[in-house]
Amino acid sequence: MALATSDIKNKAKREQILAKQRLEKGKAQRQRRKELKKEEAANPELREARLRENVPATQENAREFDEAVVAAADEEVAQEEGDDEFAQYFSGQTPKVLVTTTPNAGRKTVSFVKELVSVIPNLEYIKRGKKFELQQIIQFCRGRDYTDLIVVTEDHKEPTHLTLVHLPEGPTAHFRLTRIKGGKEILGHARATSHYPELILNRFSTRLGHTIGRMFAALFPQVPEFQGRQAVTFHNQRDYIFFRRHRYVFKNSKRVDLQEIGPRFTLKLRWLQRGLYDPANGEYEWMYKADLETSRRRVFL
Amino acid sequence: MNNDGIVWEVLNNQFCSFKVKTDLGNLCRHQYNLTGRCNRKECPLANSKYATVRELRGRIYLCMKTAERAHTPAAQWERIELPKNFAQAVEEIDKHLLYWPNWMIHTCKQRLTKITQYLIRMRKFKLKNKHTLVPIKKKLERREKSREVRAEAAARLDQSIEKELLERLRSKAYGDQPLNVNESVWKEILQGDAIEAESDVTTEDELEDEEEYEQEYDADGNRVATEFVSDDSDADDSEDDMEDMMGMPASEFSTDEDEDEDDDDDIGEGESEGDEDEGDDSDDSDARPAAKSKRPAGPTTRQKPAKRTKKHGPRVEIEYETEPASKDTMLTNW
Repeated sequence: MALATSDIKNKAKREQILAKQRLEKGKAQRQRRKELKKEEAANPELREARLRENVPATQENAREFDEAVVAAADEEVAQEEGDDEFAQYFSGQTPKVLVTTTPNAGRKTVSFVKELVSVIPNLEYIKRGKKFELQQIIQFCRGRDYTDLIVVTEDHKEPTHLTLVHLPEGPTAHFRLTRIKGGKEILGHARATSHYPELILNRFSTRLGHTIGRMFAALFPQVPEFQGRQAVTFHNQRDYIFFRRHRYVFKNSKRVDLQEIGPRFTLKLRWLQRGLYDPANGEYEWMYKADLETSRRRVFL
Repeated sequence: MNNDGIVWEVLNNQFCSFKVKTDLGNLCRHQYNLTGRCNRKECPLANSKYATVRELRGRIYLCMKTAERAHTPAAQWERIELPKNFAQAVEEIDKHLLYWPNWMIHTCKQRLTKITQYLIRMRKFKLKNKHTLVPIKKKLERREKSREVRAEAAARLDQSIEKELLERLRSKAYGDQPLNVNESVWKEILQGDAIEAESDVTTEDELEDEEEYEQEYDADGNRVATEFVSDDSDADDSEDDMEDMMGMPASEFSTDEDEDEDDDDDIGEGESEGDEDEGDDSDDSDARPAAKSKRPAGPTTRQKPAKRTKKHGPRVEIEYETEPASKDTMLTNW
């Protein structure tokens, strides 16, 4: 039993003893782990049993029951998804995407948009003038057979939001955009090639999450060019959607190495609107409110 | 009865509730006043013959008052709706105010112009999106920022991406002759499958598959364009693979909640042995019996149409062979 250092009145002595105790504690822990490792190396079953029992409690483990979570083989959902707005894309339509900004976009916003252009094939950037409202631009895009429209919104000359409009019939999603890091800012980054990347959508579990995931998927050409070894990831964790792009190489059958190409950024859904963008009369399918976040065990995507 | 002179006397010298006295002169607040000034000539109350142009709910009316209707205050004003076309509206004014004083005709037209212009402007503003100022909630921003950092740590992005990629490779989502894998690695994977298949009870079908596999890599690892015809049991699996390759099927959304997460803000996590397990994710991925047992041994074709034809008769369809063959030529030596 360790001495209760709080009873020692001399500060120097107290600190000395505490430091000693800490050292011993660490030593004991290391020793214990060493022995455990040896034991388990001899008997792998022990290790399996330990891993089975010793599951750390996480927010993900403790997630509240949500009836919106889609089971792996949910025929009803699969059927619904079979004839949603993205069904056409999944049956082989090539996407054609336009990206623009708010009027008078700043340098940072434009450079972010250019990063996007390098990521998504068939993406065209058109500079935004002051003449047309977004609703008008959407109509122009519909007339020119675009399948998606991305609008990057800025505030204080920095990109802050991203609106994604699926054409011709919607839906429209609005995301908060944070922690943008351009490809060149990433240490040891790789260079992108023009191959179509393959797509990884991780942990989009609910019905809403599936819609958002399908929306992202519909931005990319459907058949990836695997020889490019580029993977674009949208990883959803606790409603934060992390975007990454990597080049990978399979070192052996158990190991794959990644090199980040960039850019990286985080999205957070603010609202999802059924149909095309309509701030005044649009029907909101889902909308973020601060009091939705009262429980950390509840997630929506 | 109604004497304009007497009315003006009263309004001017005694009291008028519409009158506004300013430094620049007296103004009138009466709705039917043509110009807004307060004087004998332009007063709508002290003139029994008077005309003005008014806008009501987006429509423009010409309002006229004559001495003949002075005894019925309820029907005193005659209201004529003017056409939306400006030129036609001007003509209408000319027509109705034919023998009226010239200054009144002229001022009515001026007022018509002004109203038309502001209606146009109003319409423009309506069509434009309203820009609303949204307050930045500092507390919310701060909370989201810190939660984002923690979520990123919990996501263990690199590991989860690696896991996903390996799983795709193992489940043959990249096809039987993948372009993104080194040949030696691919052989290793195929061999691993074969070993596992051997350890199981080998059926005749699997043996056939193995033979096919040997056929494929006959001379110093060069790939030979061969056609594999699978059995019915594999047909279902190949559909899944097709989906994988085509993009993002519903099955690709990983929904497993019970992943071994190990992050900073674990709820109630005491000091556990979690630290040691961090590197084990890649090892865990090969312990997936479901994925493995799906494909017992050797490669099978991804060509669904070819398989379908097998059921009906001898193998046909050389058409489908052309595409993978062309991909082979693109394969470079790693």
